[in-house]
Amino acid sequence: MVGKDCVAIACDLRLGLQALTVSNNFPKIFQYGDNVFLGLTGLATDVATVSDLFRYKVNMYRLREERQIAPRTFANLVSSSLYERRFGPWFVSPVVAGLDPKTGQPFICGFDSIGCIDFAKDFIVSGTATEQLFGMCESLWEPNLGPDQLFETISQSLLNAVDRDALSGWGAHVYIIEKDKVTKRLLKGRQD
Amino acid sequence: MPGFDFSNYNRNAALHARGVPLPKATSTGTTIVGCIYDGGVVIAADTRATSGPIVADKNCEKLHYISPNIWCAGAGTAADTEFTTALISSQLELHSLSTGRKPRVVTVMTMLKQHLFRYQGHIGAYLVVAGVDPTGTHLFTVHAHGSTDKLPYVTMGSGSLAAMSVFETQWKAKLTQDEAVKLCADAIEAGIWNDLGSGSNVDVAIITPEKTILKRNYIKPNERTQKLKSYVFPTGTTAVLNEKITIRKQDIGNFVSITDLTEAEAGDKMEVDT
Repeated sequence: MVGKDCVAIACDLRLGLQALTVSNNFPKIFQYGDNVFLGLTGLATDVATVSDLFRYKVNMYRLREERQIAPRTFANLVSSSLYERRFGPWFVSPVVAGLDPKTGQPFICGFDSIGCIDFAKDFIVSGTATEQLFGMCESLWEPNLGPDQLFETISQSLLNAVDRDALSGWGAHVYIIEKDKVTKRLLKGRQD
Repeated sequence: MPGFDFSNYNRNAALHARGVPLPKATSTGTTIVGCIYDGGVVIAADTRATSGPIVADKNCEKLHYISPNIWCAGAGTAADTEFTTALISSQLELHSLSTGRKPRVVTVMTMLKQHLFRYQGHIGAYLVVAGVDPTGTHLFTVHAHGSTDKLPYVTMGSGSLAAMSVFETQWKAKLTQDEAVKLCADAIEAGIWNDLGSGSNVDVAIITPEKTILKRNYIKPNERTQKLKSYVFPTGTTAVLNEKITIRKQDIGNFVSITDLTEAEAGDKMEVDT
């Protein structure tokens, strides 16, 4: 979710096998630079594999270029890596959030499982609660939210959406990314 | 050629057989049109991307760059239109560099159809190719299976019937540029209003021998009105169990001040083993 000079990315913590909950501490957000974050939803084995694959690719990028990867560059890396498997995709729908290292402008985008980028100016949602999240974000989000307001907006959108999805929930992580700091919060959510 | 990686294919097929639903690909579910006029060609597109019945992107770009004087409008699987046009654009640049000639629209159309035919329709790209080259003004459609058409006015995508109805009632020979732009925009609007897969805004590209003009969001008939009320929550609404702030090493100076102490302030000298 985009705010004024800041972005937020949030995820729930459930890991499930259809209706059976396997773990209630399975974060789905990964960091690939000072302010480049990737959220991954979908098949858990692929979430783990793809997050490690990108850690490898970003490490190689950093060694080659001797600099951190920018969110937009990372988004294109994600996109082409997913499209390479056009006919045998990873079952994930990623979300990238970050701040442009040069301009400090917020950047978010989402992908389908085969790498089509959805650039958005407001918010990106993915996962089993997609429909609920679309409704929550579309009604609660507004332009130019400050970091504290953005935290409340994204948290309430996520918590209230996952409460209407049987397959999501069990607490949440929220990252608020600002120019000089990143705040990670663990939310109190329903445990049913 | 891209060289796809099929290593997940068998796993995914097995997973699918055991009831794991296949992930939904974003579709453009589109209205795209093109129309030749005296002195150039116009292509236009709507800006909605869908994932099943959900609007995935309200303002996506469906007019793709091939070369400065050749542009492509894409319908079908969004990732396929994006990557197929990017691939052909890249190959065409190398081709024109090696031949030392300006790229031709027929070349693009042939490269696209050969690429798509090879993949037997599995690459779901439905394209309108338009451009001006040294041989004249051209307009083609390319289907995912590799068939092509060459016509003075074309429509594609889920809104093609709505758009074609506009062309069939209003098109005439010897259009001016303004008439062609109006006709294409009207055809897209017919798709926006009457086809559920199409919506939001109209993008237009006008290609003439001199230059290309891309008019992004040429018409915006569906602008979101501002909310009458703000729904921002007061700070502290959400219950937080744990908070961790990470500060980058180079920014630490903004939060902590470091001063070296003089010898008098520091007291006795530290004893150091020699």
